[in-house]
Amino acid sequence: MANLSLKINGKTYNTDVDPNTPLLWVLRDHIGLVGTKYGCGIAQCGACTVHLNGSATRSCILPVSAISGMDVTTIEGLSENGTHPVQQAWDELDVPQCGYCQAGQMMSASALLATNKKPTDKDISNAMSGNICRCGTYHRIEKAVKLAAEKMK
Amino acid sequence: MENIQSRRNFLKITSGITGGLILGFNWFSANATETEIINSTFSSSLDFNSFLAIEPTGKVIIYSPNPEIGQGIKTAFPIIVAEELDVDWKDVIVKQADLDKKFERQVTGGSGAIKHSWDRLRKAGATAKYLLKEAAAQRWKVNMSELKTEKGFVIHTSGKKLSYGELAEEASKLKVPEKVELKKFADYQLIGSTIKGVDNPDLLVGKPLFGIDYQKEGMLHAQIQRPPAFGMKLKSFDATEAKKMSGIVNVVSFGNKVAIVGKSTWEVMQARKTVKYEWEKEKDLESTDDHNRIFNELLNKKEAEIRRKDGDIETAFKNAYKVIEAEYQCPFIPHNPMEPMNFFAHVREDGVTLAGPTQNPQSAQQQVAKLLNIAPEKITVELTKMGGGFGRRLNSDYALEAAELSSIIKAPVRVMWTREDDMTGGIYRPAVKYRFKASIDKNGNMTGFYLKGVGMNAGNATRQDNFPVGAVENVLIESVDYKSSITTGPWRAPITNFLASAEQSFLDEVAVAVGKDPIQFRLELLEKVKSNPIGKITYEPNRFIETIKMVAEKSNWGKQKKGIYQGFSVYFSHFSYVAQVAQVEVKKGKPTLKKVFAVTDCGVVVNQSGARNQVYGAIVDGFGHAMFANLKFKNGAPEESNYDKYRLIRYNEVPEIEVHFVNNGIDPTGLGEPALPPTGGAIANAIFKATGKRLYSQPFILADEKLENFV
Repeated sequence: MANLSLKINGKTYNTDVDPNTPLLWVLRDHIGLVGTKYGCGIAQCGACTVHLNGSATRSCILPVSAISGMDVTTIEGLSENGTHPVQQAWDELDVPQCGYCQAGQMMSASALLATNKKPTDKDISNAMSGNICRCGTYHRIEKAVKLAAEKMK
Repeated sequence: MENIQSRRNFLKITSGITGGLILGFNWFSANATETEIINSTFSSSLDFNSFLAIEPTGKVIIYSPNPEIGQGIKTAFPIIVAEELDVDWKDVIVKQADLDKKFERQVTGGSGAIKHSWDRLRKAGATAKYLLKEAAAQRWKVNMSELKTEKGFVIHTSGKKLSYGELAEEASKLKVPEKVELKKFADYQLIGSTIKGVDNPDLLVGKPLFGIDYQKEGMLHAQIQRPPAFGMKLKSFDATEAKKMSGIVNVVSFGNKVAIVGKSTWEVMQARKTVKYEWEKEKDLESTDDHNRIFNELLNKKEAEIRRKDGDIETAFKNAYKVIEAEYQCPFIPHNPMEPMNFFAHVREDGVTLAGPTQNPQSAQQQVAKLLNIAPEKITVELTKMGGGFGRRLNSDYALEAAELSSIIKAPVRVMWTREDDMTGGIYRPAVKYRFKASIDKNGNMTGFYLKGVGMNAGNATRQDNFPVGAVENVLIESVDYKSSITTGPWRAPITNFLASAEQSFLDEVAVAVGKDPIQFRLELLEKVKSNPIGKITYEPNRFIETIKMVAEKSNWGKQKKGIYQGFSVYFSHFSYVAQVAQVEVKKGKPTLKKVFAVTDCGVVVNQSGARNQVYGAIVDGFGHAMFANLKFKNGAPEESNYDKYRLIRYNEVPEIEVHFVNNGIDPTGLGEPALPPTGGAIANAIFKATGKRLYSQPFILADEKLENFV
């Protein structure tokens, strides 16, 4: 066990956990931020995507000991009141079906748009192909990423 | 006892609503006309399973009893009520009701909810509207015919108006009319418009909605080690080391399983790895090779259950000018909802609390009651949102496990399945193999149709009353169910998810063999059904024909440029008709799926947004699983256990999709499943057009290495 100080959504959390614990489970079980989802545990599905210093990162295989001092953003901290352009676009185009993967999808999309204001189809494909949507909402995801890019102009 | 329980639930769901109009109605009752005002004593509440409440503020609250799994029912049902009520959608609040014994059919499965509830929902909305108008007429002392309603207001011809909120209390004192007038299709404003999912605001900011997010004071976390292979049982285990590990509370065994219980998911995961398990063989350990051998043996054996017999198939084949024969096969596949199985249970002296994602809460309640020998009334089931299900959550195994574990450890606990547990832990789409035969006469007419289906725990592997049956004089449909130790269950569009693909590919083969255009071939058969149907049929040929013609028009069927190849497929399931055209391009010898056109006749489209999302998703689902999905077995153990080896379709792999609806005003039918069955066939037929190669088994990717870059 180790005392770790984590910076999540602009707040500091002190936790006492096994340093090998993946960030995902610290978020969900210890801090109570359950918007970040478990899907596969091996970084193949993207449901657990968060931002680590702004980059989309799979939290299910990321030991908390490796992120000391780094900024973590989860879906709960993407914006206040769901007003991030990506969240707005996801709502306007009514992307979700079951919705379980969508936090991860939005975190991947928002990380892309933070550094790439005019992504090409190829850029979007590269950024979004690591996130599985079992309901098959990929067409709306594509439209929503493009709409969010418009909104961010 | 029962009354107290039900009243308590009712009080719970109606808390905060006072002084308004509360209408009880039955979404699932056999009597569609039953509606009643619930008075303050709640005496009538026991008879109703849903409630429409109009608060003095004008807000309208509708309780949705159906489990929401991504099919959009929680949004679609209230749209229908709100349409007849004439209320502004922004004033509608939808709440998820928990399991209540009053709900006769609180199930998500079979794409049946809209079809079943259409009249009841409209009646409830129209009844409330009538009462509000009557209340206004009394207050103004005018005739009801001088009143109209609009967006939550009753308006008099003179221009004066009153809001529903202002009229709610007076309306609640009136007598419910025996008959109310329902709107005409042409007058719908809300139905058929584009309405966003009611859960979006909470969902998009990561609020706890799903079973896996459920928290209760003192809740422990558990994982369960199940036998590693079908046919194995637990001999012994040693958890000495695990019990010493940090955060571990208990390790217990029940029913061939070992449950590791602790304070957090990660600690449980780590401890689970240290337990030493000894398993022993209980039954035959089946491998995929065994299944393939068994399929061939049973297809060639004479014994089978006859599902349908029309005319004289033997004579038809004896006199045939030409016989076409083909076999099609699909593997076992897991459902793979993104949210793995999980359930919360707290078994106490005085009752049981269950909470989690289930498509069938009533069955969970009843089975837990039986397992623990507790009266069902003492078991409450809270319904959470579900991260997909695809049929997997119709089975209550994972809720039972949680309840059994909680009863042993005497503590509140959530059992979570890892992805590996989920993929290897049983309940799959059954593996099936079909043999088709068609006899053709000299004039190119199909005179006989034979289908034999062999399934592994598939029940009836055929759908004996579906097209092309009804169009052919001589028919024999047979089914064989092999009792495998691999457990199965319904998977989105049970049986037809592959049967449609196989049948539509076979009909394409027949059309090619008789030199007819595949669409024309189907249309001619359906014309025959129209004029002279053979035996019992479940479909309406006219709706089939209309759907087919529309997809031909939308896809420019038969008028493609060089290098573009189209494949056609059409299927009737869950009372809806879906026709598809898949479009393949060949570049440097490699085919690529570029586009799928889909036309759906599900009657009235309730919500454009939800309906289109379902069709897009079902096509992506159907395509992805036809292309890649394969769960193989070696000595009873699944060989794929996570997404590194088991391939699910991804963002960069989907074709363009174009969706149209016939939207003919007929009462609406299912949409959660019907767009999936035709997809595999449309794609296989387009690939045949492009490459000359038939795809007889799924996944397609194994059938032809050229398809490696197909997506």
